[in-house]
Amino acid sequence: MKTVIVRAVAQAAEGRFGLRGTSDLTVMGKGSDLPGAGAPSAGEQRDASLKIAIVDESPIRAAILADGLREAGLTHVELIPETHNLLARIYALDPDVIVIDLESPSRDTLEQMFQMSRVVKRPVAMFVDQSDAASIQAAVDAGVSAYIVDGLKKERITNILDLCISRFNAFSRLQTELDRAKDALEERKVIDRAKGMLMKVKGLSEEQAYALLRKTAMNENKKIVEIAQSLLTAAELFK
Amino acid sequence: MSETRLRIGYIPLVDAAALLVAVDHGFAAAEGLAIELVREVSWSNVRDKLNIGLFDAAHMLAPLPIASSLGIGHVRVPLIAPFNLALNGNAVTVTPALHAELAAFADGDPADPLVSARALARVVAERRAKGASPLNFGMTFPFSNHNYQLRYWMAAGGVDPDEDVRMVVLPPPYMVESLTNGHVDGFCVGAPWNSVAVEAGVGCIQHFGSELTLRLPEKMLVVREDWADTRPDVLAALIRSLARAAEYIEAVEHRANVTASIAERLGVEPSLVSRTLNGLLKVAPDGTMRGSDHYILIGRENANRPDPAHAAWFYAQMVRWGQTPLSDEAAATAQRVFRADLYDAALGRPAPTNDGGPRDGIGAFVGPDFVPGDIAGYLKAWELKRSGRPRLSLVR
Repeated sequence: MKTVIVRAVAQAAEGRFGLRGTSDLTVMGKGSDLPGAGAPSAGEQRDASLKIAIVDESPIRAAILADGLREAGLTHVELIPETHNLLARIYALDPDVIVIDLESPSRDTLEQMFQMSRVVKRPVAMFVDQSDAASIQAAVDAGVSAYIVDGLKKERITNILDLCISRFNAFSRLQTELDRAKDALEERKVIDRAKGMLMKVKGLSEEQAYALLRKTAMNENKKIVEIAQSLLTAAELFK
Repeated sequence: MSETRLRIGYIPLVDAAALLVAVDHGFAAAEGLAIELVREVSWSNVRDKLNIGLFDAAHMLAPLPIASSLGIGHVRVPLIAPFNLALNGNAVTVTPALHAELAAFADGDPADPLVSARALARVVAERRAKGASPLNFGMTFPFSNHNYQLRYWMAAGGVDPDEDVRMVVLPPPYMVESLTNGHVDGFCVGAPWNSVAVEAGVGCIQHFGSELTLRLPEKMLVVREDWADTRPDVLAALIRSLARAAEYIEAVEHRANVTASIAERLGVEPSLVSRTLNGLLKVAPDGTMRGSDHYILIGRENANRPDPAHAAWFYAQMVRWGQTPLSDEAAATAQRVFRADLYDAALGRPAPTNDGGPRDGIGAFVGPDFVPGDIAGYLKAWELKRSGRPRLSLVR
């Protein structure tokens, strides 16, 4: 029997945003795609069969999360990108765990499930167990919320939650970096255009044009990009 | 004087006006409070962030602190509500098609909620006879006036909201879209969403919430009980700043000024806000107008003082619709959530003797007077009403 060990970075239970620890999420299994079968720990076998639904309007984040869960051996992961007919889709799927973006207004729709006696499985919100305040805090900071089927032992999903939290955090870091890169690119374009204009109008070299922008920015206590933008705006007015 | 910093969560709705104006027009600052308003997208978020301490206070659906204090549907966290941010303010909007059907089946004036509710029962019966799918109605949260008002209205006509129609929770920003694409046939929601549906030509306002129940708190200022116990002075200052803001909003000479700042916070046209505050609404795409001086009360007629009888009424609705079993202990706990004593103490006013409102403080359009001390008896009256259902469906 071949044992596959998947390692995932997850937030330690006491970890807060920024104080990230690592813990091992270990899933054991035979072969590569069916973790759980014939593994020594019965509890972990069952976990691999947990059905997880991800409700997220951001397809990229949902994909990152789904990949993470699948890597961890949780093969029953379904994405629900749309909010239309959300409850019907959830009932059809009958998941054990529902992960939802905290910024999704559809959380209130999900809460209606607690009111329905017809539903066989009654999900409860992750926040129900307040004994673990630190991990709730971490989840809120990361912007993730989860609902689990009532009666499911909390220990069985701690790893899943930790993984979701770390993936949500990873996504927001990526997003921040992407935004920053975009801004930087935009700024460079503006500065390049202003430089080009100075070179043409005043007959300066590229270095001289840049030095002039920088000097003006320092004198006026502004950013170079702001000076460059003013220059472009002014030029637009003179056209 | 050093400033006290507070984080308060809210959902962008006109009934948050007192809170928004307290912050934006300096009433909070005058009490030494530096308030950071945090805009939220769901009541679940507002409740959870208040419960775990990320918020000091919140703008919240009036029945929600009762559900939380009793642990209904969620973890039990004792919350208290010492200030009504607004009374009333909801409306029931239906598609023009359903509006026409209700008028066609009406045995009288469909503007009368009892007439329209009976008409709804006939529409439901006819749809069932034809094998059509049941009507869908949207509301904002299981523990909300919207849910209870819709159910109260339907049941009065003999419609069982759990069997005869489908009730779905929809976030307010999705309401109009859902009406447009036919996912719901009607909804009950607060301002400005009913007006948005009328403007878009996809909805007719069937009833103002105040036509169903004359006087009910819609949103309240809610804090954790332990927070209120440890910071009584801060809470009193917050209550005073909200009371002054509410008074300011009601003064006609400030209307234009506050309407602009509220509209900016909500991200809607100022005209939609002023319609709501003035209680004069366009109720149909053809331009029909309807007015009520009880459509929404932000600060007049003693609107801000919490009334434990209202808490008991909400609890009775929770029991009536199977959200929780009836118990005297829970009924007493529910009434202790609405803290008129803290309101009176903060403002240094004696309790009012008579506010000239409805006899039982609620003024429902049909049914017996509500008696907070006899919820079981009140609910029995409704069971009798429900057994009268087959007779109603024979009328047509």
